Amino acid sequence: MGDHSVEALLRVGDSCLVLAQRLTGWCGHAPALEEDIALANIALDVLGHARGLLTRAGELEGAGRDEDALAYLRGAEEFRNLLLVEQPNGDFAHTVVRQFLFDAWTAELWKGLAESSDEVVAGIAEKAAKESAYHVRHSSGWVVRLGDGTEESHRRMLAALEDLWPYAGEAFLDDEVDVAAVEARLVPLPSSLEKPWRARVSYVLEEATLPVPPDPWWQRGGRQGRHSEHLSYLLAEMQVVHRAHPGVQW
Amino acid sequence: MYTQGLDQADALPDEELSERFEAKVAAEEKVEPTDWMPAAYRTLLTRQIAQHAHSEIVGMLPEGNWISRAPSLRRKGILLAKVQDEAGHGLYLYSAAETLGVTRDELVDQLLSGKAKYSSIFNYPTLTWADCGAIGWLVDGAAIMNQVPLCRCSYGPYARAMVRICREESFHQRQGFEIMTVLAQGSPEQKAMAQESLDRWWWPALMMFGPPDGESVHNDRSMRWKVKRFTNDELRQKFVDMTVPQAHFLGLTLPDPELSFDGEHWTFGEPDWAEFKRVLAGDGPCNKERLAARRDAHADGAWVREAALAHAEKKRG
Amino acid sequence: MGREAWSLWEVFVRSRAGLAHQHVGSLHAADAEMALENARDVYTRRGEGASLWVVPATAIVASDPADSSSFFALDEEFRHPTHYVVPDGVTGI
Repeated sequence: MGDHSVEALLRVGDSCLVLAQRLTGWCGHAPALEEDIALANIALDVLGHARGLLTRAGELEGAGRDEDALAYLRGAEEFRNLLLVEQPNGDFAHTVVRQFLFDAWTAELWKGLAESSDEVVAGIAEKAAKESAYHVRHSSGWVVRLGDGTEESHRRMLAALEDLWPYAGEAFLDDEVDVAAVEARLVPLPSSLEKPWRARVSYVLEEATLPVPPDPWWQRGGRQGRHSEHLSYLLAEMQVVHRAHPGVQW
Repeated sequence: MYTQGLDQADALPDEELSERFEAKVAAEEKVEPTDWMPAAYRTLLTRQIAQHAHSEIVGMLPEGNWISRAPSLRRKGILLAKVQDEAGHGLYLYSAAETLGVTRDELVDQLLSGKAKYSSIFNYPTLTWADCGAIGWLVDGAAIMNQVPLCRCSYGPYARAMVRICREESFHQRQGFEIMTVLAQGSPEQKAMAQESLDRWWWPALMMFGPPDGESVHNDRSMRWKVKRFTNDELRQKFVDMTVPQAHFLGLTLPDPELSFDGEHWTFGEPDWAEFKRVLAGDGPCNKERLAARRDAHADGAWVREAALAHAEKKRG
Repeated sequence: MGREAWSLWEVFVRSRAGLAHQHVGSLHAADAEMALENARDVYTRRGEGASLWVVPATAIVASDPADSSSFFALDEEFRHPTHYVVPDGVTGI
């Protein structure tokens, strides 16, 4: 398998890793004890997806890099995650909207990946699909509660949607890496997931009494390694201990 | 379900109810939420369970601090699961306290206003990755030593919560010891990190068992009512006896020149009780940060909790 | 503060098919779906559950402990098999 395969897996794996890193920031600080536990569960699941995919990407690359080498020893420009997941936690509305947009995407993505020609990837996706089905149920529930809650919560959700919506479309923009990986039947074509994603997003936003924003210029570049200003800080924190002690066990 | 019956006494006079209660507890029967209990028992239990719950919640912060910097993805997942468990344990304990007729909100208010106490150990800072190892090994080790006897506590809901907590907690200590083992057997810098961390956490861990028996205020009643089964000093000794050989296995040095084996037990030096009192009184290195973090989370979450309620009311129509 | 207090729910878990649901504890939630999800996250983190019930704590009707001596006073020893003498040598009863 060639570079395209590794790239295609990193695009998903890095998105999961960066989101998990963001979600851990809520641990001990969530709006209610019960939700603290729920967010940690989701973070653990998503971290698990990242580990599986990074490990597989490293194996396919064949350069001896394991999950930790990929997570801790790459710079921001080498990360292939969506811009959406590196956006800061913000208030709980921002976290909920980011999570919902992501969950609605992965709910479709894992179905496609479960059909992957790579059996390891298909196995990861099959398990992840079940977990993501729960995540999207949970985040949809919050979108509806907060969208159709109080005046304040509605206002905050509108603001979050406005801030994050421009990052929502990147997941569905195909490029030559995707096309090559699709030819190898490794991953589904990104644009093929857009329709079911939109259907779910519209349905949930409507129930939440929130308007579906008009399509803006989709912010893009994360999947090619051109990120927002946030990622480098996130990685600096994540990698600090590992990089300070090269080559040791933990 | 629990509040009814709290205020209605039997037709029997208090002295007789009290005698029956004492006899029941002495016979190792459990007390359940709606049973008659002396007001002082209710107060003691409420305070102890609430303190325990607060300790779990505040205890999430020092380690939670390192989840983002955990040096491998495996460690990141384990640490997150561990800190999450503490949230769960806090929740079980708040639930147990609620059976005594207080609400979680009242208890949280007491914590945030600084009125309620929590384990003073969490007012120390976590400065290196090794602290996640030392906390799991020593702090959770000490906590387990305190908690196992509580599984037999006379108050049913507390005892049941402790059974669940102890079952879940055994992995906490092991993951901490594993972190320490890897560091102690790692590079010279890693080993130094482990030693430095042990130096800082050893004495605060010993203080977790509370003041010496002579100075402990609630010991007698707690023992009679089978809330406590061992004295502070007994548990502290047990902990030292268990931990010293583990430190030797790691090849680390405990920061106590007076440590020696008398053939049966490890004798050890006196913790700095003045420091203990100071930290408990609010003058530890992190008291302010810890409470501020909890206050912020509570205040920042208010609109979320409110919105969820408003939505539920709309749905009920 | 009272404005944001979520109500109390009691949680019952069936650990596997064939067993009854058992009370495991309580939690707070604003609505039934949240209560169910919270119960899943709080009480089945280690795969303890095959089925969950959440019940508003206020919906539970409990017997009064003050009455318990009279309420549970039924003394019908003859309902228990040990009440009866089975003659020596008789088996299968």
